[in-house]
Amino acid sequence: MGIDRRNFLKVLGIAGVTLSAGKSFGTTKEKKSDVEFDGILYDSTLCVGCMSCEYACAEQYGLPDPTGEPAPGVVRKTNDTNRIVVNCYNTSKGEQFIRGACNHCNDPACASACLTKAMLKTDEGPVIWREDKCMGCRSCMISCPFDMPKFEYNSPNPKIQKCRMCYELIQEGGMPACVEICGEGALTFGKRRDLIEIARTRIYEEPEKYNHHIYGEHEVGGTGVLYLASVPFKELGFRNDLGTTSYPNFNKTFLYSVPAVLILWPAFLLGLNNSVDERKNKISKEKMN
Amino acid sequence: MNSEQHTGVLKFIIHELKPKGKILTPFNVISGITILAAIVILVIRFTNGLGSVIHASQDAPWGLWINFNVITGVAFAGGAYVVTFMVYILGLEKYRPIVRATVLYALLAYMFYAGALLLDLGRPWKVINPIIGNSFGISSVLFLVAWHFILYMGSLFIEFYPTVTEWIGLKRQRKFFVSLTLGVVIFGIALSTLHQSGLGALFLMAKPKIHPLWYSEFIPILFFISSIFAGLSLVIILETIDQRVFKKSMSFVHKDSHKNIVLSLAKTCAVAIFVYFSMIVLVFLHGKNYAYLNSPWGYWYLVEIIGFVLIPGVLFMYGYRHLNLLLVRIAAVMAILGIILNRLNISTFAFNWYGNTIHFPTWMEIVVSLAVIFSQILVFRWIVRRMPVYTESPTWVKYEKQIKPIKMKTKKRREQWKVLAE
Ligand code: SF4
Ligand code: SF4
Repeated sequence: MGIDRRNFLKVLGIAGVTLSAGKSFGTTKEKKSDVEFDGILYDSTLCVGCMSCEYACAEQYGLPDPTGEPAPGVVRKTNDTNRIVVNCYNTSKGEQFIRGACNHCNDPACASACLTKAMLKTDEGPVIWREDKCMGCRSCMISCPFDMPKFEYNSPNPKIQKCRMCYELIQEGGMPACVEICGEGALTFGKRRDLIEIARTRIYEEPEKYNHHIYGEHEVGGTGVLYLASVPFKELGFRNDLGTTSYPNFNKTFLYSVPAVLILWPAFLLGLNNSVDERKNKISKEKMN
Repeated sequence: MNSEQHTGVLKFIIHELKPKGKILTPFNVISGITILAAIVILVIRFTNGLGSVIHASQDAPWGLWINFNVITGVAFAGGAYVVTFMVYILGLEKYRPIVRATVLYALLAYMFYAGALLLDLGRPWKVINPIIGNSFGISSVLFLVAWHFILYMGSLFIEFYPTVTEWIGLKRQRKFFVSLTLGVVIFGIALSTLHQSGLGALFLMAKPKIHPLWYSEFIPILFFISSIFAGLSLVIILETIDQRVFKKSMSFVHKDSHKNIVLSLAKTCAVAIFVYFSMIVLVFLHGKNYAYLNSPWGYWYLVEIIGFVLIPGVLFMYGYRHLNLLLVRIAAVMAILGIILNRLNISTFAFNWYGNTIHFPTWMEIVVSLAVIFSQILVFRWIVRRMPVYTESPTWVKYEKQIKPIKMKTKKRREQWKVLAE
C-alpha cells in the first residue's frame, strides 16, 4: 500500500477535526428553542370568522383585499396575495373557524433550506423573508411542512410572500396587525412560553370546551404560532402526521457526512491509485524481465 | 507567448468558428427551430414572470427545468466521475478512448444545466449571493450543491483543458494541466459523490409531501448509486451514436475497442443496478409501506422499479454474458428512462401526491427543456469536430510524453522520505 500507517493515522486525525467542526456546521442554532421566542396563540373557539385579521394584514403590507369568505366545504389557501386565511369546517361540534398562516417554527425548515439566508429565524422569534438576499430558488417552498411560503409567479420581479409576524412593529414594541385588530380575543401575542401557560390554563378551566391538545407545542419541533380548538385538529384540515422532530434534522446526517467524505474519500482514492500503480509497475517489470 | 503568436491563435480560432459539415440536416433544422422557439418563450418568461410559461404552482414549486434538466440531467453527467475513476484511479486503460468525450459531455451538461437553473430562478440577478458576500446559508443542502456544481465544473474544465491545448497547440500549458489531472480527478470524484447525493438530499425535508413509496431517509444514497449506472448508460448510448456520427474522425484504437468498452460498461452497469435494486428492496421493507403497493401509486411504483430497474439490470447481465451489443443498448435506454421516471416521480408526479392534481409541464416548458439539451448537443458536436476528442492527439504530444513523467519524481521523493522517516 502506498499509504503507510503513519499517514493513515494523520488522515484520520484530520477527518476527526473536520467532523467535530462539522457539528457546528449544518445546524440552525439548535439551542434556540430555549430562548424566549415571541409567538401568537390562536383560539379557534373564540374566532367568529370575521376576516378582520386578513384585512388588517393586507392593509399593513399593501396587498389586495382578500377574496372569498370562510364557508364549510370551501378550503381557502394562502397565496401570493394573501398571507392569512380563515376557513370554516363542519366538525363534530358544528361549524368551526380556523386560521392558517406561517407558523414561525422554532427550527424552521424554510430557513435551513435557504441558501442565501433570505429566510431568517430572528432572535425574537418571527421568521422573516429578506428581499435583498433571496434569489427565488423556492427551496423554502419545497421544504416548509405547512406549505406557507408563496411565490409571485406572475411577476418579473417576484417576491416570496408569507407572514412575518410584523417583525418591524414588534421591534418598536407593538404587536402584529392581526392581533391588534382582533376584537374577539381569538389572537394573543406574547412570549411563546407564556402563551403555552395561557393555553394550558384555558384547557384546565374549561376541559369540556377544548380538545386537549395545543397544536404547535411539539409539532415539527415546536412552532411560534399555537392553536387551541374544540375538536381534534384533523377535523380542521390540519395534518397530524408531521411528527415532532424539527425538519432541519432530516438533513443532518447528510450534512454531517460532508466533511468526512471530502477528507476520507480523496485519501482513500489516492491510496487506491498508489497501490494500483505499484502493481502495474511490478507487472511491467516482470514482463521486461 | 509573444503578440505574433497571439494573433496566430486568434486567427486560428476565428477560422475554426465557421461551421463544418452540412448545415441543413434534419437534426439541425429541428434543433434550430426548438432553440428559436425557446428564445421567444424565455423573453415572455422574463417579462411576464415564470407563471406565464411554466406549470409550477404554489404546491409544486419546481418546474421541468429544475426537475428534469438539473435533477435528472446531472445524474446522467455522472458518467464522467465513474469513467475517470476507472481510468485514472483503477488504471483500467481500456476505457481511455472514451475519457475525453465523457468528460466533455459532463462539462457541457453542467454548464447548460446550471444555465437551466438560472432560467428557473425567480430572482436570478441575486444568484451571486450564495457565492460571494455575507449571505452564506451553510445549513442549506442547496448551498452545498451549488458550490459543488461550481467547483466540479472547474475540475471538469481542467480535466478537459489539455484537449483544448492540443487543438490550439499550446505545449507548455498542456504539460501544466496534464500534471493536474490526477488531483483534479480525485477532487472531482469526491465532489460528485456529494452533489449527486445532495440532489436527493434536497428533498429530505419534503417528507410529508412525497409519496411514502418514494420518500425515505436514504434518498441521497439511492441518488448516488443510481447516478453510477445512469451516467454509464448514457455513455453507452453516447458511444453508440458517436461511433456513427463521427465515424470518419474516430481513432482506430477506439473503433476497435468499441465493443469491448460497451460490454465492460454493461457489466459495471449490471452490478450497480443490482446494488441499487437491492437497496430499494431493503428501503421498502424498512419503510413497511406494503399497504401502498395495492393502489394506483403502488402499481406505478412497481412499473418503475421492476420495469425500469430490474429488467434493464437483467438485460445488461444477459447482454454482457452473450456479448450482445443490441441487448446492452436496449438495457441502457431502459435504464435511462428508469432514471428519468425516478427523478420525475420524486420531484414532480409523487410530489404533493395527496392533492388531487398531478402536475404536468406545459408545452412551453418542454420546448425550453429540449432546447437546453439541443444546444448542449450542438456545442458538443462543434467541439468534437475540431478538437482531438475522438481523434488521435497531434504528433507533438507523443514526443512530449517521453519527457520525464512528473509522477516518477514524486514517487522517488516519497521513497526518500520513507528512508528519512525510518
Ligand atoms: S411554517 Fe413554513 S414558512 Fe413558516 S417558519 Fe415554518 S417552515 Fe418557515
Ligand atoms: S426562494 Fe428565496 S427565501 Fe426561499 S429558499 Fe430560495 S433564496 Fe431562500
